[in-house]
Amino acid sequence: MIETTEKRQTYYESIIANGFSRRDFMKFTAFMAAYLGLESSAIGQIDKALKTTPRLPIIWEHFQECTCCSESFIRTDHPIVADILLDKVSLDYTMTLMAASGHQAEAAKKATMENFKGEYILAVEGSVPMGADGNLCCIAGRSAIDQLRESAAGAKAIIAWGSCASNGCVQSARPNPTEATPIHKIIKDKPIIRVPGCPPIGEVMAGVIVHVIAFGKLPELDSQGRPKAFYAKRVHDSCYRRPYYDAGLFVESFDDENAKKGYCLYKVGCRGPMTYNACGTIKWNNGVSYPIQSGHGCIGCSEDNFWDNGPFYERLTNVPGFGIEETADKVGAIATGVVGAGVVAHAVAANIQKRKELKKRVEAGKDVEKNVERNI
Amino acid sequence: METTGIHTFKRIYVWEGPVRAFHWINAFSLLALAVTGVIIANPPAIMSGAEATNRYWFGITRFVHFAAAYIFTLGMVYRLCWAFLGNKYANWRVFFPYTKKGLHNLGHVIKHDILLMNPKNSDFREIAVGHNALAAMAYSGLFILMAIQIFTGFGLYADNATWWLPKLFAWVVPMLGGDAAARLVHHIVMWLIVIFSVIHIYLVLYHDWLEGRGEVSSMFGGYKFIRKERVKKD
Ligand code: SF4
Repeated sequence: MIETTEKRQTYYESIIANGFSRRDFMKFTAFMAAYLGLESSAIGQIDKALKTTPRLPIIWEHFQECTCCSESFIRTDHPIVADILLDKVSLDYTMTLMAASGHQAEAAKKATMENFKGEYILAVEGSVPMGADGNLCCIAGRSAIDQLRESAAGAKAIIAWGSCASNGCVQSARPNPTEATPIHKIIKDKPIIRVPGCPPIGEVMAGVIVHVIAFGKLPELDSQGRPKAFYAKRVHDSCYRRPYYDAGLFVESFDDENAKKGYCLYKVGCRGPMTYNACGTIKWNNGVSYPIQSGHGCIGCSEDNFWDNGPFYERLTNVPGFGIEETADKVGAIATGVVGAGVVAHAVAANIQKRKELKKRVEAGKDVEKNVERNI
Repeated sequence: METTGIHTFKRIYVWEGPVRAFHWINAFSLLALAVTGVIIANPPAIMSGAEATNRYWFGITRFVHFAAAYIFTLGMVYRLCWAFLGNKYANWRVFFPYTKKGLHNLGHVIKHDILLMNPKNSDFREIAVGHNALAAMAYSGLFILMAIQIFTGFGLYADNATWWLPKLFAWVVPMLGGDAAARLVHHIVMWLIVIFSVIHIYLVLYHDWLEGRGEVSSMFGGYKFIRKERVKKD
């Protein structure tokens, strides 16, 4: 891991050196082009880039996280992703997967930061606790915030893996005791790709890295810094249960007849209509299934604050500040009822208070009526 | 207060055609939006074996919501323009009664109509011809609520839209902290508008009954009636 002074191999060279055939390599490029949503002519471009560009050094930091992003990544569809991009070739530093440990590991990171200043990619998994002077998460005797600032300084770009790094995830749920903070709120002067999800889909993660390698620039991002290729559509837009939604056929509870028939999970809390992710198309575990296909609504794990937008099994979110079980509808209906009752009370009071005035007016009206010339 | 109940009234044209048209477009589109909105938020349970192929009622409900939203928005834009073109009862200045006269009228309305007091020295000239000061404040509040609905609504709609107009509102949802938060705001403000409507309808009936000057019919025909003495010269 520390051989940073070696002649830098290209991706293709290291792939072949690791015992893959050229055929495997071509399959991999075709896969990646497809995931990125590129036309087939782009396959050649990816192929060329992987053959000519020397490997891109990556430092992968782990802060407040559960390692599900790494787990997802090494289970991507194609073995080249795990073996080549991550494990053997590109990763100069990652606590979970590197062979080195202790001082050796830290030395490897330092070497990369010095030798490839301004060139390496910094991948961050996990949020950074800002509470207690950052001491709630320490690696190699230094706080996460310190480590992040140091490794971000020389990075070309930062990839914020998963919901932790891109929006804080579970550890930032109210009341957020450690002040868990996503990366873009700390580092302001570097391009940041946010790849939310708990975890993000492995193929999406690979796609982002391949894009950076093959085209030498960041993929096209949306207004929130997420790669458009994967986060432009909502889960709902590619959901195979969507026809049931439009037909108004919903699962009412998980054990009813409608659930058996595979109707839409909207009323049992599916967050598909408000969640931007590629689960419906790329799916999980090598395309086997995804939550909705397995009968469970989407919980919106790639959305900001998804832990606070509960309960997961109800359509409407709770109204903050109104106790636990109050939805906007309940609060609204009660408030309307109270106002309605107030209005009725006011009407009664008005008729009593203003009775003299009313009586006079009614009598005046009757007087006039008596004197009308009657034609009809 | 009046000594005898018999007075001569003059007919006055208060609400011009565009104002009345706006009122009813607004009322009916709000009704459609609230009803479809509540259904979308919590669709009724249908347990049936029907095939999805032949049904589209939920899709239609959502279509009605979006179509009504466009009509509602256009109505509001139209009314804003009329605030500069219409008569003095429709003018934008009416909605900011923070002048000495306006605040005085506010006191009158609160005493007479909200607290139902019968002050000795009350003057019929205090009864507003167009909007009274409190009503004007309530309507500017309503305009703010309606604007929030337009921003959050189009914000939520933006990602489905192909047209540039809704896309202009795409920034609203991230600003509020995601779709769930935007939906919650949209939902709560809907209830505030419902509450506004309950009070509004009641007060219109109240004024019609207690003042006897054609308050209800004025929004159909445009005329109200004021005491002859208030007209300067015959
Ligand atoms: S199951 Fe969820 S994502 Fe699928 S159509 Fe229903 S609400 Fe949309």
